[in-house]
Amino acid sequence: MPAFSRLDALEAESIYIFRETLAAFRRPVMLYSIGKDSSVLLHLLRKACFPARPAMPLLHVDTTWKFREMIAFRDDIAAAGDVELRVHTNEEGVRQGISPLTHGSVVHTDVMKTQGLKQALEKYGFDAAVGGARRDEEKSRAKERVFSFRNAQHRWDPKSQRPELWSNFNTHIYKGESVRVFPLSNWTEMDVWQYIRRESIPVVPLYFAKSRPVVERDGALIMVDDERFVLREGEQVQMRKVRFRTLGCYPLTGAIPSEADTLDKLIDEMSASRSSERQGRVIDHDGEASMERRKQEGYF
Amino acid sequence: MTAPSLGGIPSLLRFITCGSVDNGKSTLLGRLLYDTGALPDDQLEALTRDSRRLHDDAPTALDFSLLTDGLDAERQQGITIDVAYRYFQTARRSFIVADCPGHEQYTRNMATGASHAEAAVVLVDARKGLLPQTRRHTYLCALLGIRQIVLVVNKMDLVGHGEGVFAGIAQAYRELAQSLGFGDVKALPVVALTGENVSHRSERMGWFQGPTLLEWLETAPSASGQAGEFRMPVQWVNRIDSSTRGYAGTLCGGSVAAGDDIVVQPAMKRARVQRIVTADGDLARAWAGQAVTLVLDRELDISRGDVLADAANPAPVSDQFAAHIVWMGDEALLPNRTYWLKVGTRTVNARVTAIKHKVDVDTGAELAARRLELNDVGYGNIDLDHPMPFEAYRDNRDLGGFILIDRQTHATVGCGMLDFALRRAGNLHWQHLDLDKDARSVTKGQRSRCLWFTGLSGAGKSTVANLVERRLHALGYHTYVLDGDNLRHGLNKDLGFTDEARVENVRRVAEVAHLMVDAGLIVLVCVISPFASERRFARELFDEDEFVEVFVDTPLEECERRDPKGLYRKARAGDIRNFTGIDSPYESPGSPEIHLLAGGRRAEQLAEDVVAYLIEGQGIR
Repeated sequence: MPAFSRLDALEAESIYIFRETLAAFRRPVMLYSIGKDSSVLLHLLRKACFPARPAMPLLHVDTTWKFREMIAFRDDIAAAGDVELRVHTNEEGVRQGISPLTHGSVVHTDVMKTQGLKQALEKYGFDAAVGGARRDEEKSRAKERVFSFRNAQHRWDPKSQRPELWSNFNTHIYKGESVRVFPLSNWTEMDVWQYIRRESIPVVPLYFAKSRPVVERDGALIMVDDERFVLREGEQVQMRKVRFRTLGCYPLTGAIPSEADTLDKLIDEMSASRSSERQGRVIDHDGEASMERRKQEGYF
Repeated sequence: MTAPSLGGIPSLLRFITCGSVDNGKSTLLGRLLYDTGALPDDQLEALTRDSRRLHDDAPTALDFSLLTDGLDAERQQGITIDVAYRYFQTARRSFIVADCPGHEQYTRNMATGASHAEAAVVLVDARKGLLPQTRRHTYLCALLGIRQIVLVVNKMDLVGHGEGVFAGIAQAYRELAQSLGFGDVKALPVVALTGENVSHRSERMGWFQGPTLLEWLETAPSASGQAGEFRMPVQWVNRIDSSTRGYAGTLCGGSVAAGDDIVVQPAMKRARVQRIVTADGDLARAWAGQAVTLVLDRELDISRGDVLADAANPAPVSDQFAAHIVWMGDEALLPNRTYWLKVGTRTVNARVTAIKHKVDVDTGAELAARRLELNDVGYGNIDLDHPMPFEAYRDNRDLGGFILIDRQTHATVGCGMLDFALRRAGNLHWQHLDLDKDARSVTKGQRSRCLWFTGLSGAGKSTVANLVERRLHALGYHTYVLDGDNLRHGLNKDLGFTDEARVENVRRVAEVAHLMVDAGLIVLVCVISPFASERRFARELFDEDEFVEVFVDTPLEECERRDPKGLYRKARAGDIRNFTGIDSPYESPGSPEIHLLAGGRRAEQLAEDVVAYLIEGQGIR
């Protein structure tokens, strides 16, 4: 009998979850956010469907504030031709000129991300949305289900979640209701990187250290990615060797100083690291239990 | 998740922690995370800050319990109300911990957590020793098939690190665990707050030879799903190329190789495995825990829910089982009500036909029960509408563990563990008869139907049905009226009016109506049938178009004004209990075939509507 590694077990579990989704829902979609978790998700979706092509489309909710390298990476993925990528932007938000720089992270995230996602789910009638959230990311996610039920208003009610036993998932919903599906629930950040290395999965180069133009703002290193970024008084753009641990909207995503310019160095750096992954995310710090509240409102 | 997720991987252990916050369970878990470096600096900072804010009395101590009490609501109430999953690793192993709360909803949450675990850490307070909840936790671990268990005697500092206290508790627990089927159980004296015997040896308890909890976890044997015969529930049907189908699934037992003979269950059709396809290339052999796609040597009708099994040793197939059930629904489990039962990838209709007993999880006593309430554990018989392949839960969690789903709300209301198949299914055969329903109804010059009149007492169901029957009879149709009240004088005279009895009442009436339709008759059923679930059960006995639901929709005030049998008066006076519309609910049909708004219209008009629907709308001749 062969011995399977931890990564083998996690991979098999995720493929199982993808196939349950494909078999049980009418219109599943994979939410593609361009980050490392999305890269792993897409890789697993391809494996789950092999040798057929991925049997669900990808959806990117574009807030118009993603790093340029992320958009280029996304377009390369779409050009591979085996997946159908749909991009949705909250045009109402664009018309209102919502920006993380002027409206702050809370309003920007709500309008461009949460509302944008709801619009897209309704527009296409998706009944299952697969996402890359992991339970180790944040305290309120530790209790998240693999198949997380949302009512017709896309709301998450911690009290109405279904108990999940074994790998026996209850996928029954009424029309209008939906589920969010998390195949990476049991993965840790380290698992994700080790799997990326083992499977040679391409990721956005922003994860690797490189000299980049940044400013220090509110204790974070923010990269000046385009001309929309307005310097405040006293701020100076400096070239620093930095990388990103998570990727989101560039004005809301803090970089970390790092020398890790290869995957091996990155994993070594992580093993020694004592700070958590979401630390660079500006939105998570807006008040205690903010993640839980946003989830109830329909944020991923 | 024994097989699909674990498949016997030595480097990953899933375990569960049981005990209450008072035992220091959250502290123990926080300690494990802290000592294995799973806590990043910023989380540690937040912890220090929160500890200081909440404990003015001990500003420097870390309150590790704050790490694991995740949800807002919980932190305010100071209790954990749902299962949380945590992750940490040592150089030797990775761990996934299901953290189960000790107080509220304990049975439901513990069953959930234990279903994901191979090992259990049971926690007691050295000052208190074994409590009723210790037995409860151990019983539930045994019920859910956990074989590795360790007792952690916490707060040893508060009993002077005394060896005698520890030895007494350890011995008592060994006896308890053995009575529940566990072998030799290790016990550890621990101080979670300081990490003594958690991650490092305790100097103050030099009398204890070890191991530490971490060492125990690193070396506990993990379950292997690779033993046993080949089993794979078909999860999803894939396309290999334009002419070939592949059957995607995760093996939940044994192994399979290209060239092996397999059988498709429950249909028992045989085939040979041609290829084992994965994205990393074809495999010569696949093992339990692996997600693959099988290609067979011939075209068969195979769909999700079928089980592929070793041809020489297929899984047993049955439609009647004895099983343990853990009830998780807010509404009680009622015998004979139909639920969806999901095992593997197959979902079938199921009824609990008899509750043998329920278990007092604190004492182990078996108690008589007519229903199961939230957090009850019971043992009973289950009847399915289709035979399915299965394994006893003790042999295979994936083909022996099931969930029960409410067909109206879609909530997961229970889970269960199949024990064994009841023999009846194998010995009872369906006698083939040459004549069928069509033959019988053709000689009557009609198509048989079941008209199901539902509505409140006094709504006019029997009055309208009587008129409809007279009219149909006059036109030469062959009919019969099954009246709920009349049946209670005979067939159903043993039944009362509790929810359980109402469910059984409707089931019997529906089965009799089904026989009469089979005999070629047009049957008019008049029963209040207040629950949507049972009306649905009745509907599903019949072919499409054969069942016509007639909702006699008379407002409650009107029924009460008429009160033809004086029952509403008695119910209002409290002389009758469980009266529909008064102290027992009526669930209105969502989309009946015929909706009779009976308020201001005469019964003759309503009857005409029904007759017109049958003759003009459905063409029953």
